[in-house]
Amino acid sequence: MIGSEIPALIPVTYILFAILIPVVGLWKRELTWHLSLLGTGIATFLSAWGFWHLIQTGETIRYFFGGWAPPIGIEFVYDGLAAFIVLVINAIAFLVLIHSKEISKVEFPGKKMAYYTVSMLLMLGFNGMVLTGDLFNLYVFLEISSLSSYALIGIGEKRAPYSAFRYLIIGTVGGSLYLLGVGFLYTVTGTLNIIDMHAMLPQVIGHSSVISALILMVVGVGVKAALFPLHGWLPDSYTFASSTSSALIAPIGTKVAAYILLRIVLFLFGVELVDDQLPLTTILGAFAGIGILYGSIMAIAQSELKKMLAYSSVSQIGYIILGISLANPFGFIGAVLHILNHALMKALLFLVSGSMRLKEGHSLITKFDNSYRKKYPWTMAAFTTAAISMVGLPPLAGFFSKWYLALGTIENSSWLLLAVILISSLLNAVYFFRIIEKIYLNNPEAEEAIEDETIQNNEVGFSMMFPMAVMAIGLLLVGIFNVYIVNVIFTMFPAGF
Amino acid sequence: MLEFFLGHYAYWFTIILLALGLYGMLLKKNLVKKIIGLSIFQAGVILFFVSVAMKEGATVPVKAYNLPVSEVSNYMNALPHTLMLTAIVVGVATLGVAFALLINIYNRYGTLNEEELIDKIQ
Repeated sequence: MIGSEIPALIPVTYILFAILIPVVGLWKRELTWHLSLLGTGIATFLSAWGFWHLIQTGETIRYFFGGWAPPIGIEFVYDGLAAFIVLVINAIAFLVLIHSKEISKVEFPGKKMAYYTVSMLLMLGFNGMVLTGDLFNLYVFLEISSLSSYALIGIGEKRAPYSAFRYLIIGTVGGSLYLLGVGFLYTVTGTLNIIDMHAMLPQVIGHSSVISALILMVVGVGVKAALFPLHGWLPDSYTFASSTSSALIAPIGTKVAAYILLRIVLFLFGVELVDDQLPLTTILGAFAGIGILYGSIMAIAQSELKKMLAYSSVSQIGYIILGISLANPFGFIGAVLHILNHALMKALLFLVSGSMRLKEGHSLITKFDNSYRKKYPWTMAAFTTAAISMVGLPPLAGFFSKWYLALGTIENSSWLLLAVILISSLLNAVYFFRIIEKIYLNNPEAEEAIEDETIQNNEVGFSMMFPMAVMAIGLLLVGIFNVYIVNVIFTMFPAGF
Repeated sequence: MLEFFLGHYAYWFTIILLALGLYGMLLKKNLVKKIIGLSIFQAGVILFFVSVAMKEGATVPVKAYNLPVSEVSNYMNALPHTLMLTAIVVGVATLGVAFALLINIYNRYGTLNEEELIDKIQ
C-alpha cells in the first residue's frame, strides 16, 4: 500500500528533482521551470493524497527509515497536523513557482537553473522539518532549508547579498543554539526521538539541563520564526530578495519554524510540563503580543510595499505564537488555522508586489494611484481580497483565525492579549486601507486621470494571474468552509487538551 | 570552589568558545572575522557534544574480546560523535555559502568592512 510510504516519498521527490533540474538544465535551460513545477506538483499531489488517506483512516503513519524502529532509528511521523502543514506548504510553493515564470526572466535571467535547484532543496528542508520525528534530524533539515534560503535571498537586488549574509550569521547562531538545546536534552534523557523523549521528560523535568534546553531551543527556533525580538534579519532579507524568493520564503519559512515551536512546546514538553520551571507560555505570549503591535506599527511607517509586508509578517507570526502560548484548544485551532490563512494571504500579497515590480518597475506605495485599478483590475482585486482578509473581515479566512485566537484569550482570561488582537486588527486596517484608498477612492484631479483614454488595461499574464486568482478564491473558500477545516483541526490536538 | 571549576572544565571550555564566537560575530567589523567567530561558535557546540560522550574508564565503542557488551559502562557512547560528523558537514556547508555571499558582496561594493559597507549602501 503506497499510502504508508507517502511521508518518505514527499522529500524523496524533492531530492530527485533537485538532481534532475541541473542535469536537464544543462541540456535545455527553459525546462527547469517546468521541472520545478512538476516536482512541487507531485509533492502537492502526494501530500493531498496522504492527507485524504489520513482523514479517512484516522491513523498516524510512522515511517521507520531502513526498518529501524525508534528510538534506534529515525522516523517520520505523519500525523494530522504534519499532513496538514505539508499540504499547505507544498501547495503554496507550487502556486508561487507558477508565478515565477515571468519574474525569473527579469530578476535572475542567467540563474534559473541554480534558482530552481535551490528552491527544490528549500522545500526538501521544510518538508523534512515538518515530517521528522527526531530532534537531530530536525536540525539537519533546518540547516538544509536555512542554507537554501540564504542562497535564495542572496539572489536579488544590489543589497541582497549583504542582507542574506546578516541572515546567515543570525540564522546559524539560532541553529547552533537549537543544537545545543538538543544536546542538553540528550544528556538527561538519552534519546532523540520526540515521542520517546516526551515519555521520559516527566522523570527529569526538574533538572536544570531540561529548562536550559527548553530556553535554548525556543530561542534557536524563535530566530528562524522571526519571533520578536529576534526578527532583526527579516525585513531587509524579504525586501531586497527577488520577488519569488520572498513569496516562497515569507509564507512558508517562518510558518514552518512556528510549527516547530508548536511541536516543542505542546507536543515534546506538553501543556503540563512546559510551565513547570518557568512561565514559558506567559513569556512567549508577552513577546508575541509586543511583536504583533511592533510589526503593525512599523508596517504603517513603511512606504515600500515589500518592506511593509515584511514587517506585517513579523506581526502575523506573533499571532501564531500567541495561539501556541495560550496552550488551550481555541489557541491551538487559531494558531494552526492562522498558519494556513497567513500562508495564503502573505503569498498572495508578495505575488502582487512581485507583479507590480515587474509591470511598473517598483512597488512604492506612494506611487500607487487610481490608474492602477484600470491597468490591473484583477491584480488589484486579488490584493484587496488579501488585504481585507488580513484585516480580518468575515467571510474571508483571516477573520476566523483571529476569532479563535480571541476566544482562546477569553478562555485564559488574558484580557491584555485580547486587546492586542483587537488593536492590531485596527492597525492592519490602517496600513492596508491607505493603499486600497489610493487605488479605488480618487481625489478630484486624479478623477480626470482615470477618464484618460491612454490608460490601457495592462493586466498581468495568465501564468501570474492564475496563482493569484487561486489564492484569492482559496481565501474566500477557506473562510466559508472554515467549519470543516476546524473539524479536521480538532483531530490534531496534542495530548492534555 | 576549585573543584567546581576543575570538575566541569569541559563545560567551561565550551562556554569560553561560545563567548569567543559571539564576541567575534558581534564586535568585529570585518565580515571575514565574523565568519571566523561563527566557526568558533559552531566548534563550541560540537566540542560540547563530544565531551558529553566521555565516560571515565571506558573504551572506544568497538567490541573488545574481554569486555562484555552488556556492561554499557565499558564503552563510550558513539552516538554524539556520529551526530557531530553531520554537524561538522553542516558547518562546512554554511562556511561555503557564507564565503560565496562574501565574494558577491566584495564584487558589488569593493569592501568587506562593515562600517564602510553601510556607508556605501546609504
